[in-house]
Amino acid sequence: MDWSLVWKAVISLAGFGILLGAILAVASRRFHVETDPKVAEILDALPGSNCGACGLPGCEAAAEAVARGDAPVNVCRAGGPDVTLAVGRIMGLEVEAGVAQVAHIHCRGGRSLSPPVAFYQGVSSCRAAHMLGGGKACPFGCLGLQDCADVCPVSAIAFDEEGISRVNVRRCTGCGLCADVCPRDLIEMVPSTARVFVRCRSQYTGKKATAVCKVACIGCRRCEKACPADAIHVQDGFASIDYEKCTNCGDCAAVCPTDSIQVWVGREGHPEGGEFVVPEKKKRPRKEGGGREKPEAREEAPPREGGEPS
Amino acid sequence: MNEAWRYFLLFFGASLVANILLIRFIALCPFFGVSTSLETSLGMSISVIFVMTMATSVSWIAWNYVLKPLGVGEFLYIPSFILIIASLVQFVEMVIKKTSPPLYRAMGIYLPLITTNCAVLAAATESVKPGFFTKLNVPYHYGFPEALVYTIGVAAGFSLVLILFAAMRERLELAPIPKFFRGVPIAFITAALFSLAFMGFAGMFNL
Repeated sequence: MDWSLVWKAVISLAGFGILLGAILAVASRRFHVETDPKVAEILDALPGSNCGACGLPGCEAAAEAVARGDAPVNVCRAGGPDVTLAVGRIMGLEVEAGVAQVAHIHCRGGRSLSPPVAFYQGVSSCRAAHMLGGGKACPFGCLGLQDCADVCPVSAIAFDEEGISRVNVRRCTGCGLCADVCPRDLIEMVPSTARVFVRCRSQYTGKKATAVCKVACIGCRRCEKACPADAIHVQDGFASIDYEKCTNCGDCAAVCPTDSIQVWVGREGHPEGGEFVVPEKKKRPRKEGGGREKPEAREEAPPREGGEPS
Repeated sequence: MNEAWRYFLLFFGASLVANILLIRFIALCPFFGVSTSLETSLGMSISVIFVMTMATSVSWIAWNYVLKPLGVGEFLYIPSFILIIASLVQFVEMVIKKTSPPLYRAMGIYLPLITTNCAVLAAATESVKPGFFTKLNVPYHYGFPEALVYTIGVAAGFSLVLILFAAMRERLELAPIPKFFRGVPIAFITAALFSLAFMGFAGMFNL
């Protein structure tokens, strides 16, 4: 065996290593750039998904802007109150934390509930389809062409077999990009503590609403009367909940005749963090006074499996 | 064959006939990863041209003045080149960061990506151990100018294809494509057709 070759190999490779290491060590001194240590700290505190919801190109740019004082400490919508507190601590500011937000989609009328009246074959985008009417019977419903899922930086929005988008609350960071992009304004950013949702934004009322979608809000105002906290009101033909007042009692869902108001029940093992259920209906909504305890939930009628992003 | 014509052939061959992306299928990761928008692919192209030229120059010197005289080059060239190229890119990144912040902002994010990009390593290796072009009438051993011309050819071919492909993918985004082919699958199919078209260049050389 030729040992000289081994020695030459070891020496040449080690030589390269030592030489290059020395050059890099000298260079890192020589070409050292002074950076604000706050930038690195803030960058650590930010979520790092580079979603761009703050309007800056990525988390690093946001960290630099905050350190320079060009952006407020609550620059990160996606990070929620925890990140705002952490960034505020780094910048030495007292920060009042708000409540984290998640996206909620105000439509559950899928293909079988609101059948298409025309076949849309244009550019595959809700914003394009909306300009032409979309082809869906309900002119206010979810078009299902996935603009919100495309824009979501954390893949929290998936579409079920009915063509309706669903939010995975475990992944949703509350950045609000989907709410900005939806041409039908169906996505609302709600506090993560909210449990009761109106799942329709149809401006039609009564028979006109149910003619285009079986689960539409018909504007009957029974929820308004059932609400003990004056939190739900019918406006423009659909009910909407004021989450500042809502106590999550679910009384409105119990009286809704079309099941368009539903209660979100968090489930530990569920892939989306929970699911919508319809509380047991009260036969005579105004006979008994109480009803503040959460009504017993039963499984919703249509199957709601699957739903991982395709 | 005169000198200028030989350099031209070398450049032409390296960039189009043996295009690193479409004929040799090296560096497909940045090809699909960065080609989603024209802007990023332009930045990547400029960085690749820059890094590849520097990497090959240094590797050529290391091969001809250290590895080959010691007789260890045959089995040590890959680890040495990886070491050299990685350190070089780090060094260049530091220098740019200090001397030219605007250039760093334009190129900086791509530099760590191409630290040991397979295309960079392939160009460095090929310039000292020409395998693909031994059939052409170029000497087996490249001199320094030839190695440089060869590398710039490879990088130019990479950039050309990357930019053309990015332009195509921007159009594909809005095309009515069946659901299961959207995104990367249709990009692969497009790249395959693109590659077929580039095979036409092979006939231009009289080997």
